[in-house]
Amino acid sequence: MSSNQSILELSSITKKFPGVLALDQVDFNLKEGEVHALVGENGAGKSTLIKIISGVHKKDGGEIKFKGQSVDIKGPKHSRKLGISVIYQEFNLVPYLSISENIFLGREDMKGQTIIDKKEMYQKSKKILQDLGIDIDPNTQIADLGVAMQQMVEIAKAISMDSDIIIMDEPTAALGDNEIEELFKTIDNLKEKGISVIYISHRLKELWQVADRVTVFRDGQYIATHPISETDKDLLITEMVGRELKEQFPERDAEIGEEILAVENLNRGDLLKDISFSLKKGEVLGFAGLVGSGRTELMRCIFGADKMDSGKILIDQKEAKIENPRSAIESGIGFITEDRKKQGLVLVRSVKENISLTDLSQVMNGMILKDDKDKKLAQEYIEKLNIKTPGEEQEVQFLSGGNQQKVVLAKWLIRNTKILIFDEPTRGIDVGAKKEVYSLINQLAEEGVGIIMVSSELPEILGMSDRIIVMNHGEIAGQMDIEDANQENILSLATRE
Amino acid sequence: MNIIKKLKDSLGKELGALTGLILLGAIMTFATPYFLTLTNLMNILRQSSLIAIAAAGMTFVIITGGIDLSVGSVLSLSSCLTAGMMVSLGWNVWLAVFLGLIAGGILGIVNGVLITRVPLPPFISTLGMMGVARGLSFVYTDGAPIYGLPESFKYLGAGMIGPIPFPAILMVIIYLISYFLLNKTKVGRYAYALGGNEEAAILSGINTKKYKTIVYALTGLFASISGMILSARLDAATSVAGDGFELDVIAAVVIGGTSLSGGRGKIIGSLIGALIMGVVRNGLNLLLVSSHWQRVILGLIILLAVTVDVVRKQSSEDQDGTLSSFFAGLKS
Repeated sequence: MSSNQSILELSSITKKFPGVLALDQVDFNLKEGEVHALVGENGAGKSTLIKIISGVHKKDGGEIKFKGQSVDIKGPKHSRKLGISVIYQEFNLVPYLSISENIFLGREDMKGQTIIDKKEMYQKSKKILQDLGIDIDPNTQIADLGVAMQQMVEIAKAISMDSDIIIMDEPTAALGDNEIEELFKTIDNLKEKGISVIYISHRLKELWQVADRVTVFRDGQYIATHPISETDKDLLITEMVGRELKEQFPERDAEIGEEILAVENLNRGDLLKDISFSLKKGEVLGFAGLVGSGRTELMRCIFGADKMDSGKILIDQKEAKIENPRSAIESGIGFITEDRKKQGLVLVRSVKENISLTDLSQVMNGMILKDDKDKKLAQEYIEKLNIKTPGEEQEVQFLSGGNQQKVVLAKWLIRNTKILIFDEPTRGIDVGAKKEVYSLINQLAEEGVGIIMVSSELPEILGMSDRIIVMNHGEIAGQMDIEDANQENILSLATRE
Repeated sequence: MNIIKKLKDSLGKELGALTGLILLGAIMTFATPYFLTLTNLMNILRQSSLIAIAAAGMTFVIITGGIDLSVGSVLSLSSCLTAGMMVSLGWNVWLAVFLGLIAGGILGIVNGVLITRVPLPPFISTLGMMGVARGLSFVYTDGAPIYGLPESFKYLGAGMIGPIPFPAILMVIIYLISYFLLNKTKVGRYAYALGGNEEAAILSGINTKKYKTIVYALTGLFASISGMILSARLDAATSVAGDGFELDVIAAVVIGGTSLSGGRGKIIGSLIGALIMGVVRNGLNLLLVSSHWQRVILGLIILLAVTVDVVRKQSSEDQDGTLSSFFAGLKS
């Protein structure tokens, strides 16, 4: 139950990284038994604050009071000992150990000196899980559990450590609707026990279901704290971006021209069955569907990253021989992959080197790379796309998600690509950067580029597309113009068995 | 002008290794009066050039995230082939050298093809090549050294230009070429890219198979250049030459700060790394330290260099800690 007693008080916390002031004298106050949401765009300083509380980073200034006492958190172990647990997006579970072995990993109950007391651990785990309202055998292997259940194990682990504070980083990102309901019930349950929760999420809507209060950060600064009942989504967004966001999806004034791409009877194993569609100049073609419906697989085939078994691809009404990404790129196709860290960027190299990677000839004289040309090209796109980086020599891994995505975009823009495939273009990036990506898509369409946009966010599909194709089990389940589309008919096509 | 500035920049980043080299030099100077003499320094350069030249190629391979264990065997096979062509067949010296180098390059290409087309992990493919090339070298020479190499060939190993040994000059030329390739051409840029993230490189339209193969070919070529120098200096080509050479070469690259996980590294670092190994060996010889203890000490230096690298990487990853600001301070 929420009381007025503060369990954790942070005041004037400052954290500097080389060249960046990540946190600038921020305050944060957590009460006993409350769920306190922390929101802000990527790069606002949420993760840094969490890492300071959990002892991963050391603060450069300010004070932390835990249960009224001033503390100097020395490291992750110290933080855990105080009673602070963090559940990251990537779980820290060992897949081939059981639930109870994971819960007590490193803190096993012992019979004497050397023998692990499995029975005791089993009983304790069972009790904790029951308290959470979960009916599962603690001997089950983690590898056999779904994401939602793994998350519950993480929560059980936190409870087993007698945590007073549990920090959850994007806990709903990988969950389905039903599972989210379950999670919220569990969080209510934690509150009943007097446990405080710091809740980080990009999904603002759910805050009204789960949080008591919300604190907004922007650019490393504390902006405001509100009781959740006294605020609304628009106010939060305004505070997060520091400006009004009236139109989430900007207007587009593109002329739809001739057919630029056609796919005919494309097949690949069981994954893609007899796919045919076309794309016109200046058109934004949305691909909706459930995860695993074959959208990414289709795009990889069109881009030559995977081989198709049969079918034809026509570019400008002429058959294009696409054997690998290189030939696709030479035919004028660009592909912005869904996983920018694994597929889009060379994280350990600079912004400059990443941008010119798709077309080095632009920065070469004959056989020789010209550094001045390379720099100039990078600077041009840093400015054009408003990429926030200390300079073109900065390694991409140190940029925020939204800025990394802009570097990926720049890679394709330097080539004057005719057909651009966006796979989940705004995944994991913040509201402000999203809008910039949308504007850019519009601008490209206005310039006559044909755009395919794969997205799992229906508002995005509906807000951006001229035409929508819905995929289901590797087939095209339906096509519709934007005028005829709504959430209901897309979903019914996407989920039809 | 730009190249000079660039050289300065890259030197700045390898300052740790360079400081180590200078420190070692200073210690040796105090420890023995024989160290800081022109003859001895030139001797070090001559000795270091073997490892340094092969390390230039190895730097490319390691930047792509690969490894080449076959350099010692390639060194032996190519030098035996050249010696055989000169001595047994009586062919023109430079034709024989040229064909020997080509042979080294081809062995590298075979490595590259196995790695990119089969595909085999670099460790396995070059381990196999290490055995095959060494074995062929024994087969070709029947295990007997080939003596009596032509005078003009011996210049490669023993020649002097003024006070400077010819191999040292060759080494400098190889490093200038490597610097150029790594920083000013597609080969280098793509090596960094595919070493940093191969999937992203492929999806950016880079023919990663081609560039990987080039990189292994280059390493084979450079290893056979070391082979020519070695046999010229010893006045003999033998099938046992360069046994364990690959480890020295890899050590030089690693001491020079190139990351074994790929995507990072500087050519100048490998030169410094090879010189560090040369100075240590030479100094310990002068101090009459037994070759057994020398192995121990070189091993410790490798561990120290990698430890520094790992610590530096960790502290730069969380962008925290005093070490990274220490290095940042050094850089500026």
